[in-house]
Amino acid sequence: MAVVPVLSALIVLPLVGAVLLLLVRNRGHERDTVVQWAALGVSLAEFAVSLWMWSRFDAARPDFQMVERVDWIPSFGIQYAVGVDGISLFLVVLTAFLTPLALLGSWRSVHTKVREFSFFMLALESAMIGVFLSLDMFLFYVFWDAMLIPMYFLIGIWGYERRVYAAVKFILYTMAGSVLMLVAILTVASLHSAATGAYSFSYEAWLALAVPRHTQMWLFLAFAVAFAIKVPLFPFHTWLPDAHVEAPTAGSVILAGVMLKMGTYGLLRFAFPLFPDAAAYFAPWLAVLAVIGIVYGALVAMVQPDMKKLVAYSSVSHLGFVVLGITAMNVQGVQGAVYQMLNHGVSTGALFLIVGMLSDRRHTRLISEYGGLKHVMPGLVAAFFVITLSSIGLPGLNGFVGEFLILLGAFRWNPALAAVAASGVILSAVYMLWMFQRVNYGAVTNPKNEGMQDLDTREKFVLWPLIAMAVFMGVAPWVFLKPMTPAVNRIVARMAEAGPAKVVPVAAPAGTESSR
Amino acid sequence: MSSVSILGPTLNGIVPVLCVTLAGLACLLAEAFRQPGERMPIGGLGGIGLAGAGAAILLLWGRRAESFGVVTADDFGLFVQLVLVGIGALTLVFSPKAIDRDTLPAGEYYALMLFALAGMMLMAVATDLLLIFLALEVFSLALYVLTGLRRRECASTEGAFKYFVLGGFSSAFFLYGIAFTYGLAGSTRLDRVASMVQAHALSGDPLLLVAMGLLLVGLAFKVAAVPFHMWTPDAYEAAPTVVTGFMSTAVKAAAFAVFARVFLLALEPLRAEWMPVLWVLAICTMILGSVVGVAQTNLKRMLAYSSIAHGGYLLVALAAGGDAGRASILFYLVVYAVTNIGAFAVIAMLGTREQPMETLDEYKGLWHSSPVMAALLTIFLLSLGGFPPTAGFVAKWYVFSAAVGAGQFGLAVVGVLTSVVSVFFYLRIVVMMYMSDAREGAAPARLPGPALAALSLSAAILFYLGVLPTRLLDLAARSVAGMF
Repeated sequence: MAVVPVLSALIVLPLVGAVLLLLVRNRGHERDTVVQWAALGVSLAEFAVSLWMWSRFDAARPDFQMVERVDWIPSFGIQYAVGVDGISLFLVVLTAFLTPLALLGSWRSVHTKVREFSFFMLALESAMIGVFLSLDMFLFYVFWDAMLIPMYFLIGIWGYERRVYAAVKFILYTMAGSVLMLVAILTVASLHSAATGAYSFSYEAWLALAVPRHTQMWLFLAFAVAFAIKVPLFPFHTWLPDAHVEAPTAGSVILAGVMLKMGTYGLLRFAFPLFPDAAAYFAPWLAVLAVIGIVYGALVAMVQPDMKKLVAYSSVSHLGFVVLGITAMNVQGVQGAVYQMLNHGVSTGALFLIVGMLSDRRHTRLISEYGGLKHVMPGLVAAFFVITLSSIGLPGLNGFVGEFLILLGAFRWNPALAAVAASGVILSAVYMLWMFQRVNYGAVTNPKNEGMQDLDTREKFVLWPLIAMAVFMGVAPWVFLKPMTPAVNRIVARMAEAGPAKVVPVAAPAGTESSR
Repeated sequence: MSSVSILGPTLNGIVPVLCVTLAGLACLLAEAFRQPGERMPIGGLGGIGLAGAGAAILLLWGRRAESFGVVTADDFGLFVQLVLVGIGALTLVFSPKAIDRDTLPAGEYYALMLFALAGMMLMAVATDLLLIFLALEVFSLALYVLTGLRRRECASTEGAFKYFVLGGFSSAFFLYGIAFTYGLAGSTRLDRVASMVQAHALSGDPLLLVAMGLLLVGLAFKVAAVPFHMWTPDAYEAAPTVVTGFMSTAVKAAAFAVFARVFLLALEPLRAEWMPVLWVLAICTMILGSVVGVAQTNLKRMLAYSSIAHGGYLLVALAAGGDAGRASILFYLVVYAVTNIGAFAVIAMLGTREQPMETLDEYKGLWHSSPVMAALLTIFLLSLGGFPPTAGFVAKWYVFSAAVGAGQFGLAVVGVLTSVVSVFFYLRIVVMMYMSDAREGAAPARLPGPALAALSLSAAILFYLGVLPTRLLDLAARSVAGMF
């Protein structure tokens, strides 16, 4: 195969663009439109490259493709190693898809320090794509930690009232989890050195490493806590409402759309396959936490007076589904989990954008301030409606496919958990539709809402691609499921080897084992 | 080499130290001929001396020159000397502005700084306890005076006095330790001490333990390890900011070089005895440094506690021991030196007589008035906090990797957790700079070209070492290979 460094291009392009943005001259315009267009251009180019990567992707292969390996720190066996498989493929495309929309979505709401804003957005994109593509644990950790800095600035500078608190909480919370993972990474590297005589941080070398069961427990916990905080899994979710609510729209879109998936991606890519025995042991507990998160997130979302907070808590609920699918560790569950990651990125990203558009106009996010919007802005309400349905998993739209697969997988594994989780689907309909109804239906009670403008051209460009994606992913799921199947099978097969060690939770009903 | 060999081969090992000492003497002499009010480029003399020292170090590299039986210029020592020369060079660049601002006596300032540097450089290559003590006193005395150089300020004098009293106290401990060691081994040379400890397996001898403990206390004072850190915040606050940057990095470099020589080489057979002590010291130092740092509102005090915490990470590397531990000390020292001097230099360059820029509030909205300085300080702080892709991350990673490799999981876990705590206060500064409204009438910072260039270079080095650390990592690993 001809060596075209597609993946490196994906990682480097936004970063180079970001640095070049700093050099663009601002000729005393009040708003830095040149910078905005340049940033949008870079992010669109990035999206084009990601599509090119997809077109080169061989859907039949389960292993990593377009792999690039260069020795980086040879004395420690650290390599610059990137590659893409069916799981990371779409997460990369999703990242590249959401970033231009997020930039476009904050075209007007971000009016101070536009250059720095665009710089951080693009730097963030680079780091996020790096996380998804890394095949070397050192490289992965570098991107994982580096990602926090731009997001910290995005929340802290361009966020809402309590932005500083939210930014600091976000970064400390995430770091506290990830540093323990760092110790775990170092431990595995030194185990590798003890076993083979050489350090290695290569993911594939680690897969081949036999880690004693007892050690696996600790290592898995260190990894799982780092990822659980990122997901966020109940009870590690308390940073999320603050960060999501206080972040600027673009920050929320990226945070919910992409960064939360880092946690589930990490569980699926690293924590489970690297420590299969421990994963099998802890999976039921994780699943219980996930189900608690599904129900708890939904219940809390229901009573939120603030739309953004409602969407934030709905993320806790939706990501609970993803974790449940992963813990089920069968093909349906894992496929559903990956699919749901993409869905959530599209629908929650769109929801945050819509909330952002409303609050740009009215400077409030309180549901009670709105009402009867369908009379004033039919275009936005139509878009809102499709996205709401997508979020609650209506058949024909994207959310259904993911949730259905996850529940199917979970049911095969543990019917009781699946049954409780299914209630989350109903609850999500309750809180989303109730919110939709209060905001959009009825008479226009608040005179301030009467003069609201409907979507302008820019906003149409933001929302329509997302709606198109929601529909497309709902009616043609095989386009996405087919390329991810071999990679999912590979992980599931690896986990099945550790199957005999699987421990059924004490509270699980009889007959669970026969379903396996 | 011809110029070096003229001095005779026995002198080779101390040529770098000589260069710096001569430069210091030249500064004193120049000061004597300076008319009152006359501006004289005295700093340039220091620059020449440092350039000479740097060249001599490079010439001596790999030769393992020995002088008088008490100095061994092995690669480890030369590496540390090179770090010290770098620290000195950076300090020289930032000094003129500080001297102008506080109307410090230029000649004495430079002379003392160079003498301190010479003492530290001697310490890095000394292999005899007595010589180590002499070098320690040389640089300590110079630093006491430098700390109190702002004579008109009470706080400065107070800090210097505290530093002097406590420092003198610790020197006495160290000297006592040397006396005991001599009593047991009949020599103060480290190689003889090592072979004595090795041969006689004196691990159970209480006198040896006393000697070891006293040496440990003396060195722990110098590296500001908890509970011997009391002087640090006061002395750091009292000293002119540029001097603070100098002593927070250079002292650590010199003291850790000795720490490694004495404990990882001479007293290595007694590891079982000193390891628990060092373990406790490291844990306490990391925890106290980062936790107390959170409560500070004065930037210099905050960075003082931060440097205590960083001393703790270096102690972790020391406790890990082995080649990896030693090499990680070297790498960490380089990164820490560049980062910490950079951070202090930004503070020093921003401060004016009316507005010293030492409290957190003064940094409100700095981003709006001086974006470049704010960005530079942010980079230094992120590196101190250990964020990739800065060198601070690689340095911490190397230290904790050595600790994990040596089975010291407890140290590694406490280390990473305390570094999260310390991130909190580094970020407080960032919050002030970027996320608060600008102060009324904040003027953009104006700083001399060389200083800005040096700061930018430091920041660039941090990114370079953060992304491509291989060369320095390998160099550090090679430098420790032939230590004894």
